[in-house]
Amino acid sequence: MSTSVTASPAKSAAPGLRTPRKKHTPGKPRRNVLLTVLMALMVLYTVVPLIWLVINSTKTQAGLADSGGLWFAHDFALWDNVRDTFTYHDGIFGRWLLNTLLYVGLGAGGATLLAVLGGYALAKFQFPGRRAVFAVVIGAVAVPGTALAVPTFLMFSKMGLTDTPWAVIIPSLVSPFGLYLMWVFAAEAIPTELLEAARMDGASEVRTFFQVALPLLAPGIVTVLLFTTVATWNNYFLPLIMLKDPDWYPLTLGLSAWSSQAQTIGGDVIFNLVITGSLLTILPLIAAFLFLQKYWQSGLAAGSVKE
Amino acid sequence: MTTLQPPVAAEPRPAPPPAKRDRRSWTGWGFLGPFVAVFALVFLAPIVYSIYLSLFRNQLIGGNRFVGLDNYTRALQDDAFWGAVGRVALFLAVQVPLMLGIALLVALALDSGRLYGKSFFRITIFLPYAVPAVVATLMWGFMYGTKYGLVGDINSAFGVTLPDLLSPGWVLASIGNIVTWEFVGYNMLIFYSALRVVPTSLYEAAEIDGAGQWRIIRSIKLPAIRGAIVIATIFSIIGSFQLFNEPSILRPLALNSITTDFTPNFYTYSLSFNGQQHNYSATVAIIMGVITMIVAYAVQLRGMRKEA
Repeated sequence: MSTSVTASPAKSAAPGLRTPRKKHTPGKPRRNVLLTVLMALMVLYTVVPLIWLVINSTKTQAGLADSGGLWFAHDFALWDNVRDTFTYHDGIFGRWLLNTLLYVGLGAGGATLLAVLGGYALAKFQFPGRRAVFAVVIGAVAVPGTALAVPTFLMFSKMGLTDTPWAVIIPSLVSPFGLYLMWVFAAEAIPTELLEAARMDGASEVRTFFQVALPLLAPGIVTVLLFTTVATWNNYFLPLIMLKDPDWYPLTLGLSAWSSQAQTIGGDVIFNLVITGSLLTILPLIAAFLFLQKYWQSGLAAGSVKE
Repeated sequence: MTTLQPPVAAEPRPAPPPAKRDRRSWTGWGFLGPFVAVFALVFLAPIVYSIYLSLFRNQLIGGNRFVGLDNYTRALQDDAFWGAVGRVALFLAVQVPLMLGIALLVALALDSGRLYGKSFFRITIFLPYAVPAVVATLMWGFMYGTKYGLVGDINSAFGVTLPDLLSPGWVLASIGNIVTWEFVGYNMLIFYSALRVVPTSLYEAAEIDGAGQWRIIRSIKLPAIRGAIVIATIFSIIGSFQLFNEPSILRPLALNSITTDFTPNFYTYSLSFNGQQHNYSATVAIIMGVITMIVAYAVQLRGMRKEA
C-alpha cells in the first residue's frame, strides 16, 4: 500500500466533502441528504406506475373514466374486480394462471436444472469441446430472438407442436444467461479438493454431484431459478407466435387480448379487469423477489467475489 | 488495475486442472449434454433453417422455388425495412445511453455508502424488472392517455395542454420511457454487483493518497466495472434492435402512430403472420441478426480495447 501523500491530488472533490473527508475513517462515509433526495426522486419514478395500478384496480369501469388517476374513486370495487376477473368469460383468467404456472414449472424449472448441470460441468470438468461450447453459447446470446422466432415456429409447426404447451415450454428450457451464471458460481463455490475427496472415497460422479456439489450451489440455484421464472412468467413474444387457442394462453397474452378487445367492434370494454388482472399478474413475482432477496442477491454477488 | 478482473464478460476462471485425472475425460459431457441437446434444437437448428428459408420463394403456383440471394437484394432495397432500422437506431442512440447513465449513477450512489436507506432504494428501483412488458406497457399506455390517464389529470389540474404522448411525433419517446422504466433497475443491479467486487482497500489507499470521490470513481470504480458496462451495453443494443413487445401492445391505443413495420422485429412478425411471407421474413430476420452482431461486436472491441 502506498504511503505517498502527493501522488495523485484530487482534481475535483464534491463541495462539502473536502474537509470532512480527512476526519472520517475511510470506509465509513458520511450520509448525504442531497444524494438521498435525488434517489427518492428515482424511486418516485419507479413506483408511480405501480401505485397507479394499485389505486385503479379499486375502480369500476365507470370510476376509471371519471376520477383522477392517482386518487380513489367513490366506490371501492377492488374485491368485485378480483371476483369479476376470475369469473369473466367462464373463469378463463384462472385457466391462464394455471397455464402460466405450468409453463413456469416445466420451463423455468427445466431451464434451471439444465443450467445447473451444464454450469457445473463447465466449471469442474475438463473435456473435449469445452471451449467451443463457451464460444457458441456466448455467440448465440447475441442472435436476436427475431431471427429465431419465425423459423422455430415453422419447425415446430412441421413437428405438430404449435398450439400446444410444448411450443412454449421447450424453447424456455434453454437459458444461456443461467448457464453462464451457474458456471461462474460453481467455479467459486465448489472447492475442487472436496470433489476429489469424494471421488477418492469411491463416490460416483452422480452421487458426488448430488451430495457434495448441490448443497454448495443452493444460492446460485435460487438466483437462476428466480431469473428464469421471471423470463417465463413474463414471456409474451414466444406464446404470441406459438399459440392460437386462448385456452393455452399464459397471463401476459390473455391480458393483452382483454385490452385490445376494446378496439374490436362490439367488443366488451373491461379495462377495470385488465388493470386488476395486471395487478394479480405481478404480485407473485414481486413477492418472490422481496421474500427471496437475501438468497438471490448473495447468489448474484457470490459468483464474482474476489479476495 | 491489473488485479481486477471484470466480473462479467470474461470467461469464468477455468477449473484448476484436475490433478492426476484424465484431462480429456468425457464425464463433463454427461452433465452438459442435456443443455447442449436442447440448445441445438432451439438455437442452432432454427438458425440453419432460417438461412435455408431465405434462399427460397414461396409462389402461389409452383410452391417453393430456389431464388438464391434474391430475397436479400429485395431487403436491401426495401424502404419499409430501412425505415424500421432507422427508427430502432435512433431509439438505440438516445434511450440506451440515458438508461445506462441513470443506472450507473444509481449504482454509484448505492455503492458510495452515503445514502440513508440503501437497501430500500436498491430493491425498489429493481422491482420493475419483475413486471412483464405487457403489464408495464398497459400501465404506461393508460397513464399516457388523456382520458383515464395522468396526462389528462395534469392537463385539467393545471390548465395546460401537454402533447399527445401517443401521437406519431412522441410515440417513440413514450416507448423509450417504458423501456427505461423496465430495465433501469436491472442494469443498476449489474453495475452494483460489479462494484461490490472491487476491494475497498483500493479506495482507502486512494484516499490516503489524497484522491477525492470523483477521482476514485473515475480512476478506480469505472475501470473496474468496464466489463459489466460493456455487457450491459451489448444486451441493451440487442434489446433495442429486437424491440417488439412495447410497440405491439401499445398499438391498439396508437393505431396511427405505430405501423406494422414500426421496428424490424415487428416487420418480420407482420410479414410472417399477416402476410404469409415466411421466406422474406426469415431473410429480414437474418439481416437484422447480422447487423445486431456487427454492432455488438464493435462495441465489445471498443469497450475492451482501452485496457491500459
